[in-house]
Amino acid sequence: MSFLQLTDVTKFYGSTCAVQAMNLSVEKGEFVSLLGPSGCGKTTTLQMVAGFEAVSSGRIALDGRDITHAKANTRGLGIVFQTYALFPHMTVADNVSFGLEMRKMPKAERRERVAQALGLVHLEQHATRYPRELSGGQRQRVALARALVIEPPVLLLDEPLSNLDAKLREEMQFELRQIQRKVGTTTVMVTHDQSEAMSISDRVVVMEAGRATQIDHPLQVYEHPRTRFISTFVGKANLLPGKVTTASSTHTQVAVGALVVDVEGAQFRPGAAVLLSVRPEKLQLVPATQGRLVGEIAERFFLGSQWMYRVHTSAGELMVLAPNDGRPALVEGERTGVDWPGHCMRLLPADDAAPAMLDAEVAA
Amino acid sequence: MSATSSVRRKSIPWWLSAPALVLFTALLLVPLVLTAVLSFNAFDPATGVKASEYTLGHYTHVFADSYYHAIFWRTFWIAAVVTLICVLIGAPEAYILSRMRNPWRSILLLVVLAPLLVSVVVRAFGWSMLLGPEGLVNGTLGLVGIGPVKILYTETAVIVALVHVMLPFMVIPVWTSLQKLDPGVENAALSLKASPFTTLRRIVLPQVLPGILSGSLIVFGLAASSFAIPGLLGGRRLKMVATVVYDEYLHELNWPLGAAIALTLLVANLIVMLSYNRLV
Repeated sequence: MSFLQLTDVTKFYGSTCAVQAMNLSVEKGEFVSLLGPSGCGKTTTLQMVAGFEAVSSGRIALDGRDITHAKANTRGLGIVFQTYALFPHMTVADNVSFGLEMRKMPKAERRERVAQALGLVHLEQHATRYPRELSGGQRQRVALARALVIEPPVLLLDEPLSNLDAKLREEMQFELRQIQRKVGTTTVMVTHDQSEAMSISDRVVVMEAGRATQIDHPLQVYEHPRTRFISTFVGKANLLPGKVTTASSTHTQVAVGALVVDVEGAQFRPGAAVLLSVRPEKLQLVPATQGRLVGEIAERFFLGSQWMYRVHTSAGELMVLAPNDGRPALVEGERTGVDWPGHCMRLLPADDAAPAMLDAEVAA
Repeated sequence: MSATSSVRRKSIPWWLSAPALVLFTALLLVPLVLTAVLSFNAFDPATGVKASEYTLGHYTHVFADSYYHAIFWRTFWIAAVVTLICVLIGAPEAYILSRMRNPWRSILLLVVLAPLLVSVVVRAFGWSMLLGPEGLVNGTLGLVGIGPVKILYTETAVIVALVHVMLPFMVIPVWTSLQKLDPGVENAALSLKASPFTTLRRIVLPQVLPGILSGSLIVFGLAASSFAIPGLLGGRRLKMVATVVYDEYLHELNWPLGAAIALTLLVANLIVMLSYNRLV
């Protein structure tokens, strides 16, 4: 039995289904992210775990205790809200202390714990300030300290970094992860930012239209996306439509126009319409006479550490990311070869019907 | 060139606010000053106001006579009770309204504000019909066996009608400050194990206090200077300050005394409001 267990959790708003039969098990100390575009049901899922939204059907269990219908103020979970929801009429210290006060902790002990929590988020100097006197990043830290000081069994983060500017967001990502490692709190984070989800989570739950379509380690989600949606939502992907020609027990041969490739794995029958997916950074630009395809640079974009090229080839248009490694970049109109390692190719169903998720994977 | 343009730029705000300033001066400041001057003019019952003679007599009259003390005292405690009842009804009402979903929220907000669309005089007559000896209230009380109760022409009638008239002035400022409340803070308090009541008391209430404060200042000020309601529902015997002023002007024709009472009310109202503001 895992620490936090969602079993067939479903949410209906009237007749619209916001979350459909969500199954998720979170182990103690794990950092799990719910990732998806807006309206995919990730926030609703979090709200149900928090107890702010009623569960239509299914079961939520925390440490073996059924909390499906428990009131929000009996669950004792730490929550960081997207707007931070700090109490504007209280100082930073009072904000952090509020949860302890509600637990009837003696004043002296409370003061000590508040100081500890503020130390954890590097805000010792700001204890007597009011939230309106703090910057966005500092408010974020106060919200985190307030949620962590009660030593909750589970920490819920609702888009915690979305209100910060890009640079601060990156810093806070790593700090969030560091703090979470340090205190070891089981954490569930909701985010629409795939890089945020990948960089700090142990596991990522990708959600689309109220359903979890893949629950996996970040690297696995990135390298082995289960659906066309995931392959384009999590990172970029070149998707080339093709047809399966032959399939053995371990390999599948696919024809993409004139190009015939051999892909590992055997989930498709001969004749099936598939999408061949290759990540842009897996593609290499080679001299025009070599490689799997020959093409012409249509456009190039300078990204700082990388160049992004759009290359016209016989198999279709390809995005190629090449490191800015000091060599002169190719120019528009130049002919080039495109190559990639065989093990970097993935096959996806062309009609984007997600293959039914195996139970073993759900329980993983 | 740049000097003249900077002068012009500085004068633009004055020009823009000129219409409001003219209106304010002509319609408020000038009559107020005239009233103030009038209140120091001597008065002779036979010949009327003596514009060239000045006296403090009207003020000493108002401050020395227990008749006026009683009227001022009644006016202020009625205004205070009306304010208190408006806080007790209006603040929860605004909170409940803000938690409702549309379309009910819009409909009920309109219901709260609708009385503002009806003339105070019409509403006062409505109340006098309801509260009169043959009215609906006494009729209902009669059904349960409670004999006719005198409500009309008592303080109760004035308070009930004033609360009805003033309630929107409490609901609107509280509603406004509730709109500024981050909906997340209540959930945040709940997640920290606060009970719904503690959440209301410790988190919501302190944040809407400015709204309640400004609402009660508006209600107190309007109630203490109200004229139509005490005039129509308090009757001839139960006087409040505004009705006394009216009597002095139109029945006694003692304009200077009326002006002195009116200015005393204005100053007393200011003192109460300023000290209340300081207090909270």
